[in-house]
Amino acid sequence: MSGFDKVVHSYEEAMSGLTDNMTIIAGGFGLCGIPENLISEIKRKGTKGLTLVSNNCGVDDFGLGLLLPDRQISKIIASYVGENAEFEQQMMSGELSVELTPQGTLAEKMRAGGAGIPAFYTATGVGTPVAEGKDERQFNGRDYILEESITGDFSIVKAWKADRYGNLVFRKTARNFNPMAATAGKITVVEVEEIVEPGQLDPDEIHTPGIYVNRLIQSSFEKRIEQRTTRPLGE
Amino acid sequence: MALSRDQIAQRVAQELQDGYYVNLGIGIPTLVANFIPKDIEVMLQSENGLLGMGAFPTDEEVDADLINAGKQTVTMAKGASIFDSAESFAMIRGGHVDLTVLGAFEVDVNGNIASYMIPGKLIKGMGGAMDLVAGADNIIVTMTHASKHGQSKLLTNCTLPLTGRGCIKKVLTDLAFIEIKSGKFHLLERAPGVSVEEIIKLTQGELVIEGEVPEMKFSKA
Repeated sequence: MSGFDKVVHSYEEAMSGLTDNMTIIAGGFGLCGIPENLISEIKRKGTKGLTLVSNNCGVDDFGLGLLLPDRQISKIIASYVGENAEFEQQMMSGELSVELTPQGTLAEKMRAGGAGIPAFYTATGVGTPVAEGKDERQFNGRDYILEESITGDFSIVKAWKADRYGNLVFRKTARNFNPMAATAGKITVVEVEEIVEPGQLDPDEIHTPGIYVNRLIQSSFEKRIEQRTTRPLGE
Repeated sequence: MALSRDQIAQRVAQELQDGYYVNLGIGIPTLVANFIPKDIEVMLQSENGLLGMGAFPTDEEVDADLINAGKQTVTMAKGASIFDSAESFAMIRGGHVDLTVLGAFEVDVNGNIASYMIPGKLIKGMGGAMDLVAGADNIIVTMTHASKHGQSKLLTNCTLPLTGRGCIKKVLTDLAFIEIKSGKFHLLERAPGVSVEEIIKLTQGELVIEGEVPEMKFSKA
């Protein structure tokens, strides 16, 4: 037994301690690199009043969209939410509050949150609805707005490989928001396709060090594709 | 004749230079990738975390873990790199991308752009567009010059919520290539067969015309 061993053996254990009205930060871009089984566990638990921080909100029957029918999400902070009819309906009716946040600002809010930086200035959003109510300041003659960072009660993350100590390796563009999400949760839960023994990952190849990870679980994934686009053979 | 979507993309592609890192938005901008001149190398940035985007995959190559910012399956070009979203937007916000091409609903004489929201109708979100317009120096907006009902999209003041303030300098429409400076539109080129009068008629914001306005040139593909 090692105090660094992060592996848990059930999804119930992975998400234990999640209660109503908490904030969850989720990795993923569209349906790529989303913690799909952790989302299913949140659906099973039926936790309500959640604030979700995620670039997107899945589709009607997959990803974070699964949490919509039972009205588990009360607020979402996201950059793009266009792929979901149920979402639109709950937003229009006012049941779901939406804080649209530029994608780079969202990534930086998570990164800063995990790094102990409470806020940062950015040119993104100056002069737009995003700037409303925010502090504005000039540096070197250019306008910037102050954006506050984000931390969560939980972060849910999908990685490709991990060792038992929670060192993570992501695969291709399934990396996206996952490394930042991993740093910004009080409890960071990671699901992976493969868990190896400590020492089996080359320290140089680790994207996210295990210090950020609290719980780790191995599973299999559907990995649904949102827009399957192909070219014919031989082109 | 107004330009087709492909011709708009083709004209944008003439602005590419060897060694450019380029971010292409969804829609017409994506088509620019089909017209990169054979004698230059360009690296396409996809803001979900890929620099060096390749062609669409064959059926066998399809990989759920490899998509572009439009959520389409893609491949990686030779020399590609992968990174997280914060790193991706460090490139964009830090001004490291040489050219950004994106669509819009409206542009005005002060370089304001509206591209992400039609209140009451379309509220999907800005994605990376606000970061792109704030971070890039060299931006080309591609759009149709006017709506189907003949309403100009090149305005004195944008009417829709802004994506960015004072950040657009070049607009390529199906009718004209326009530069924005000193609070005015300047007509640089017109689509083949489109008269200056037609462009004036469909441009609501102040349009400056200096001398003979050349037609765009397209090499035979």
